[in-house]
Amino acid sequence: MSSTVEKAAGGVGNYFDERVRLASASKSLIRKVFPEHWSFLLGEIALWSFVVLLITGTWLTFFFNPSMGEVVYDGSYQPLRGVRMSEAYASTLDISFDVRGGLIMRQIHHWAALIFVAAICIHLLRIFFTGAFRKPRELNWIIGNVLLTLALLEGFAGYSLPDDLLSGTGLRIAEGVLLSIPLVGTYASFFLFGGEFPGEALIPRLFAIHILLIPGLILALITVHLLLVFAQKHTQWPGPGKTEKNVIGYPFLPVYVAKTGGFFFIVFGVSALLGGLAQINPIWLYGPYNPSQVSAGSQPDWYIGFLEGALRAMPNWEITAWGHTLSLNVLIPSLIVPGIFFTLLALYPFVEQWVTGDKREHHLLQRPRNVPVRTGLGAAGITFYGILWLNGGNDLIAHQFHLSLNSITWFTRIFIFVGPVAAYLITKRICLGLARRDREKVLHGRETGIIRRMPTGEYLEVHEPAPAEERFVLTAHEVQRPRELGPAVDENGVPNPNGRKEKLRATLSRWYFGDRVEKPTAEEYEAITSGHGHH
Amino acid sequence: MSRYDTDGDGHGPDGANGSHGHAVEVSETPTGRHAARLTDDPFADPGRLPHEPRRTDVDAQARRRAERQVATMFGLSTLAAIGFVVAFVAIDKDAFVSLPLFGEIGAQNLAFGLFLGLSLLLIGTGVIHWSRKLMTSPEIVEERHSLRSPEPDRESAAAAVKEGAEESTLGRRPFLIGGSLVGALGAATVAPLITLRDLGPLPEKKLRHTAWAEQHQIVFEHSNLPIRAVDVPIGAMITAKPKDVEDLNELAKAVILILRLEPDQIQNARQLELGYEGIFAFSKICTHVGCPIGLYERETHHLLCPCHQSTFDVLNGARVIFGPAARSLPQLPINVDDAGFLVAEGDFDQPVGPSFWERG
Repeated sequence: MSSTVEKAAGGVGNYFDERVRLASASKSLIRKVFPEHWSFLLGEIALWSFVVLLITGTWLTFFFNPSMGEVVYDGSYQPLRGVRMSEAYASTLDISFDVRGGLIMRQIHHWAALIFVAAICIHLLRIFFTGAFRKPRELNWIIGNVLLTLALLEGFAGYSLPDDLLSGTGLRIAEGVLLSIPLVGTYASFFLFGGEFPGEALIPRLFAIHILLIPGLILALITVHLLLVFAQKHTQWPGPGKTEKNVIGYPFLPVYVAKTGGFFFIVFGVSALLGGLAQINPIWLYGPYNPSQVSAGSQPDWYIGFLEGALRAMPNWEITAWGHTLSLNVLIPSLIVPGIFFTLLALYPFVEQWVTGDKREHHLLQRPRNVPVRTGLGAAGITFYGILWLNGGNDLIAHQFHLSLNSITWFTRIFIFVGPVAAYLITKRICLGLARRDREKVLHGRETGIIRRMPTGEYLEVHEPAPAEERFVLTAHEVQRPRELGPAVDENGVPNPNGRKEKLRATLSRWYFGDRVEKPTAEEYEAITSGHGHH
Repeated sequence: MSRYDTDGDGHGPDGANGSHGHAVEVSETPTGRHAARLTDDPFADPGRLPHEPRRTDVDAQARRRAERQVATMFGLSTLAAIGFVVAFVAIDKDAFVSLPLFGEIGAQNLAFGLFLGLSLLLIGTGVIHWSRKLMTSPEIVEERHSLRSPEPDRESAAAAVKEGAEESTLGRRPFLIGGSLVGALGAATVAPLITLRDLGPLPEKKLRHTAWAEQHQIVFEHSNLPIRAVDVPIGAMITAKPKDVEDLNELAKAVILILRLEPDQIQNARQLELGYEGIFAFSKICTHVGCPIGLYERETHHLLCPCHQSTFDVLNGARVIFGPAARSLPQLPINVDDAGFLVAEGDFDQPVGPSFWERG
């Protein structure tokens, strides 16, 4: 570094240090260690696509007019000239056709939104399958789950703002969902829409929610999310020299700053290329919203697809009694099922902690195969979500593959129960098989493919012993055993007051850890390697 | 044995590696390797692998080449940024180009995307290339401390809280001051929420009525022209609305489908009663969550909602035969006026659209 740069940096540093004690606050942060692995990038994609959303979103607010007031379109898109529409839709058309750079900003914004939610979901799966949610990171798991929910709401609000036929259809469905809520649903709908659907209040209200309320909450929670990562230090994969008590990687300055900073430009750049090359949400083709019109094959953005699929799959149950109507056909798929699904997801770390009774801190990640039940549960969750998501496009699937729409819906109704169970069982078996293969690899090494003939005439395949690093990594996990159930009555014959709870816990623990692959012991290893009798 | 080592085989995940100094560089302290040699455990931590120098660390020419590559990427990025400005000024916003795979696309938007994408990607790849090839940082080991505070800190924090709580005198009569404060905070938070009441009017009976009334003329949705009964052919499906109603709130409830069917095929007496010589008017708003029902299968006489595929049989009172909707489509009673144009004979006899709690 040249001395002028050093001098300037020193000057700035001194200025702030004398005012906010910068040096003391930052001295250990500047060279803070960040471990490297490709899967640690997933959360960064979410972070950086959010920044892209803030930048392009701010730009869009300069030109978007969030009003449901009616105008007659006279912009440069010929097919819609003279059509009556809301100012929101007209200004979205202007952004797309008459503001230079407007379309690219709209398209980057929309692509980045899709990427944002996708990155959150994949990041969440990474955390789940590697056990990174375990103590001390349960709080950050909860924050992440809240962020996912906020991202879904934020995405839906943004999707609704242009007030085109497609987004209006989404709002109509949202109104139907609100109406299905017992007791307060009708009032909630009238208050949100400012009266009857569609009204004139909704778009301005969604605008405030979309550009201020939810992004503010997301920004605040992302800040806490990252502060916790800093405070707790990042997890790392087991590897030579890596322990629960250290963290090995590259320093924040310069390597991590360069890599993550560079990665921001890559996320933004990819979004920009997509915005230039791949058309998304061509609202001008849909026309303005009109409650009497809809186009066949209407699809929401991908992250709403599972709700759409659930609504489509639900049988038409409705209860009418004592002068009231309970729309189970809407309430269950759109609110109850997702509510339970996301609640279970958020509470999972606490459930697992209760079952395992494990209150220790964990900083080394687990390979999914070494925790077969959890991995199986994750696969079951993915299958559940995936089947609903696919059913969200049942009309497109039916059309594309010349299948009966009704059969696909019936398939969903059955496989939403069968599929996750099958996925759980299959995944668990695969995990146990992979763990067994790891054990084999440690004990017997790698098959070389070389066949040796012994003096006795016996043929043997030569195995190359696993190197020390591999032996260590493949045995670095712990194999937990089911909890032992304490005596039901103590020595004085008094029944254990927590007896039932303990019993449930022991049962769950047996389920979690009953099937397991033991790690090879040193004796086993010695017995096999010292005999040279490789087989 | 460490406290992480619960499996009893003598080596936990942290079994072999001793504590490092604070952020020491690995190459200087091969503690792990040393520790491994001391045990007979075949699965012991072998310690950090020795630092492998990169090509750019040992070969000055390779280093200079990497430096040139990084600078080239930054330079090209700048050119792409200039290209973005040129595209803004020079390309007509209404011009189109034809691309294989992508078809006809707006030329300016394409140029914006390519130039912006390239200028950003080249910064990103340049910086990352720089970090991977040129930055000299070795891998660093940082010690992790238990997040639980040391015991003395916990004790002094607890003592401080206790002292503060005592000085607040809250403990003396907790309910009198504390309870009343909690109550006041709750009331002060909840009270202003009443202003949200004016977000919208009360539902009252609004969802139970539509714009239809006796003798209200039925018109084509787009042209607002009346529909002569004799002009509706068998098999037709027409989207219609009450004459002169333009308000979207009203349309969202009042829009109907006019169908003409063979009267002797109808299996529902009530349906025949509400229709007029084989012409029937059903609400177009789905009873599931309110999408307009846009698809009509002439062969099977099924109406299909494109949103969630609820299917209604128009030969039998538009009752549900598949899908998530629970109720038949409400039917509008119709007749003709003196000139033979279709008119309503009154409003629907039940609320249209999605169910709601008070519907009954």
